[in-house]
Amino acid sequence: MRIAFRALFAGLLAAGLAAAPALAQQKLKIGFITTLSGPQGVIGEHMRNSVELALDHLGRKVGGLETEVIYGDDQFKPDVGKQVADEMLKKHQVQFVSGIIWSNVMLAVAPTVTAAGTFMIGTNAGPHDLAGKLCHELFFTTSWQNDQTPEAMGKHMQDQGINDVYIMAPNYAAGKDMLSGFKRYFKGRIVDEVYTKLGQTDYQAELSQLRAKNPKAVFVFYPGGMGISFLRQYSEAGLRGQLPLYSVYTVDEITIPAVKHAALGQWETRFWSPDLKNPANEKYVADYRKKYGKWPVFYGAQSYDGIMLINSAVRAVKGDLANKKGMIAAMRKADFASVRGKFAYNTNHFPIQNFYLLKAVAGATPGGDPVMEIQKAVFTNHKDSYYQDCPMKW
Amino acid sequence: MNLILVIEQALNGLQLGVMLFLMAAGLTLVFGIMNLVNLAHGSLYMVGAYLATAFYQWTGSFLAAVPLALAGALAVGIVVEIVALRTLYERDHLDQVLATFGLILFFNELIAILWGRAAIYAAAPPWLSGHVELFAGLRYPLFRSVIILVGVAVAALLWYVVTRTRLGMLIRAGASNRTMVAALGVNIRLLYTVVFGFGAALAGLAGLMAGPIYVVQPGMGEEILIQVFVVIVIGGIGSIRGAVAGALIVGMVDTLGRAFLKPTLATVLSPSAADTAGPALASMLIYMLMAAVLAVRPEGLFSARGGG
Amino acid sequence: MSPRNRTVALVVVLLLLAAVPPVAALLNQPFYLDLFRRIMIFAIAALSLNLILGYGGMISFGHAVFLGVGAYAVGVLAHHGIASGYVQWAVAIVASALVALAIGAISIRTSGVYFIMITLAFSQMLYYLGISIEEYGGDDGMRLTVRSQFAGLVSLDDATAFYYLVFGLLVLFMFLVHRLVNSRFGMVIRAARSNEARTRAIGFSPYAYRLTAFVIAGAMCGVAGALLVNQTSYLTPEFMNWTRSGELMFMVILGGIGTTLGPVLGAAVLLLLEDFLSGWTVHWQIILGPLLVLAVLFAKRGLAGLLPGGGRDE
Repeated sequence: MRIAFRALFAGLLAAGLAAAPALAQQKLKIGFITTLSGPQGVIGEHMRNSVELALDHLGRKVGGLETEVIYGDDQFKPDVGKQVADEMLKKHQVQFVSGIIWSNVMLAVAPTVTAAGTFMIGTNAGPHDLAGKLCHELFFTTSWQNDQTPEAMGKHMQDQGINDVYIMAPNYAAGKDMLSGFKRYFKGRIVDEVYTKLGQTDYQAELSQLRAKNPKAVFVFYPGGMGISFLRQYSEAGLRGQLPLYSVYTVDEITIPAVKHAALGQWETRFWSPDLKNPANEKYVADYRKKYGKWPVFYGAQSYDGIMLINSAVRAVKGDLANKKGMIAAMRKADFASVRGKFAYNTNHFPIQNFYLLKAVAGATPGGDPVMEIQKAVFTNHKDSYYQDCPMKW
Repeated sequence: MNLILVIEQALNGLQLGVMLFLMAAGLTLVFGIMNLVNLAHGSLYMVGAYLATAFYQWTGSFLAAVPLALAGALAVGIVVEIVALRTLYERDHLDQVLATFGLILFFNELIAILWGRAAIYAAAPPWLSGHVELFAGLRYPLFRSVIILVGVAVAALLWYVVTRTRLGMLIRAGASNRTMVAALGVNIRLLYTVVFGFGAALAGLAGLMAGPIYVVQPGMGEEILIQVFVVIVIGGIGSIRGAVAGALIVGMVDTLGRAFLKPTLATVLSPSAADTAGPALASMLIYMLMAAVLAVRPEGLFSARGGG
Repeated sequence: MSPRNRTVALVVVLLLLAAVPPVAALLNQPFYLDLFRRIMIFAIAALSLNLILGYGGMISFGHAVFLGVGAYAVGVLAHHGIASGYVQWAVAIVASALVALAIGAISIRTSGVYFIMITLAFSQMLYYLGISIEEYGGDDGMRLTVRSQFAGLVSLDDATAFYYLVFGLLVLFMFLVHRLVNSRFGMVIRAARSNEARTRAIGFSPYAYRLTAFVIAGAMCGVAGALLVNQTSYLTPEFMNWTRSGELMFMVILGGIGTTLGPVLGAAVLLLLEDFLSGWTVHWQIILGPLLVLAVLFAKRGLAGLLPGGGRDE
């Protein structure tokens, strides 16, 4: 009885090892890593929806090849992300790894993927190391470099001659990057630079301080739940009408339903918006709304572009996935219909693109949620500030 | 640093303290009477917030939504107690911690399945929005003022129940000596269920008040849970007085720390050093406070065990 | 549960673990080597927690802190150009021991739920501290560009050699813990756990013994941290998060507290389960949550208790 039990245990273990046979390489396999569980899972959901939509638009064949997309959940943890990437590379043997929301997960995963000779197509995180010293020929991104978005806001506020700005962000790496990006282009007077605790929900104390300092404008970076709390409390404190609020990554199509009118009048900068006028974007937005019943958000737009980028590369080499040099050359041309319109790649494989000023205005339906609308272009063909550190030249 | 600002920040600290007290009161009662470490208390807070939002949308009346949400939180609490927690009373703390940790995962995912992962919009009724003019130049949000009043009312109610009613006497007796109470023929099971349900309702109340000012999303309970644990540890487990004291202390220290630590540090350090040291220190402040209190009084300020 | 059966179960599990690299190579699945290596690293961490939690009854909710301290010791030294594994890991052990001493000195004065909370608080403090230190990446964390170098002895870049190094350390620590627990020192710890008053009555001061056990457990977990950062080539303050401590506690209790084999089984089952479930459904937490609750309620002796001969070491 006992021996049987032990044998069963050993047998299960061995069976587990043998369970996944190596598949023959007849189809194209893409590993897509994002956060699917936990509260941040809502972002991953949008990204996955967009990937699925892209596959639908391509008839489930990327580059003309039968395609399988394997989704992985990084659970918002870098070491889990790396484990998932390892699984995709070694167990599923994917030819492309894509996705990744968070910079710290990207910094753990990207070097692993590129070192294994596989393409890493980032569709959100843009840490400056990967734009500079750690750039790699197999790494491309369809998003941006983290600093570019706040740089655009800094430039806008500088151009407007706004002075006496109060700036705030959570006290972590991304928060500090956002504020330093802002200050790279904004040269006016900064009343105070305040860092708050990561994950903080109550900003009453900070808002009292803010009012006491009497600034002319406020610039913040509060992603996710922090932004929702901050916006509601800002509005409740009566500051909404009095003090213009500028931000990056704080108000978007995911958070607007949770704040509603508290977002009205908000200024943001972004490389894309659902109302950007070009054929690829109009199709993406319309089909996304039809299929999923909500507005797409930029995380999704980037992921959609990621699949389209891969598609353009695989087409260019006529399905010869071993021809990596050919695919690199094809990707560098950015020869596909992107939702942001025509753009070019910089030497570090980050896009050179426009950044727009957006404002949250009342939606079409009365009493409905506000929508973000493009007001004007702040930067045209903007390069990031780190490409000169990248040794790649082509 | 003007006086008005200091007073305003003190009010903010008081209001934060009140929120923490509402959560802490339920939790400390459950600890004290049933010796149960309940990590899922934050989930009951989340349930209160979600139910209030849903009922408000459904009935259109905030006044109707509040008792409905409280009843809902009470019901969920009782169900959880009967189904999952009864077996845990006899177990040691480790089992309780882990089992209730498992409950957290379950509740977060359940809420995500029912309402989606994205944060939802929790409205405050229009007649509770806006400001009150407290005195010369100090305008304070009406909703937050109401929170303070509600908290004080609940504290008074709890004081009355605990010191002036038979139920309260049983609660106090049970906190110091459970076996004796059972030996005296009291229906312990019923007492436990009532206490737990009451605690759940308190957590739900905190949740429904927090919804309109904070963010309502899955996992919202965990952020405040750790602060609540700090409160009851500082205050002393099983003691309502401790919960009040602990909540006010933590609320004040945290708020004033966030507001004034950086400017204070800036007088001795360079501005950029103060920019980083200030928030870093402020986020660690309540933990340092807890460590200091426990170093001097390892059972908290007002421990209920064996007198106090 | 005779000692002989217990030993047989132990040997079988260890043999299975030792067999993973050749089997993985045979099946051309190198991923499994990485997976089981990660499992063994967490098994070492769980083993160290079991020492104080399983045998000593000290429910430390901040044990993951030492994973972070060990990892940062290696990472920070590497960042400043010191790549020697001997130096890095020695610093990791000493640093973890010192941090354990500091945390333990205050925490062990408390007991019960206060102990749980204060260990949790300390780990949160260090977590926020880690996020704030920009020089070492803050919450972005740090890359480990070069793995710990053990000149001439073993190269951690060789996946199989690294695997057997971890395996060797796991066996070593299992042996050490076993000896420690069955020594006079261990007897006092275990006695203090079941009946503190009586222990004091015989003349032993639990505080000193507990603190020593706490420091040893911290140092051992620091080694696990050094291994973990080499495994992922990356570290973040996330390593120290309280939810990680919770996971470690789960590994200990799933496997069976107070057993030598328990932590290994617990780590294996929890990590394999997470990997499997998350590949299956996005809502894996709604399955894992109740599973853990049921495990706590009904599998009191853990997995080790289910195995023949794998019961408590008493």
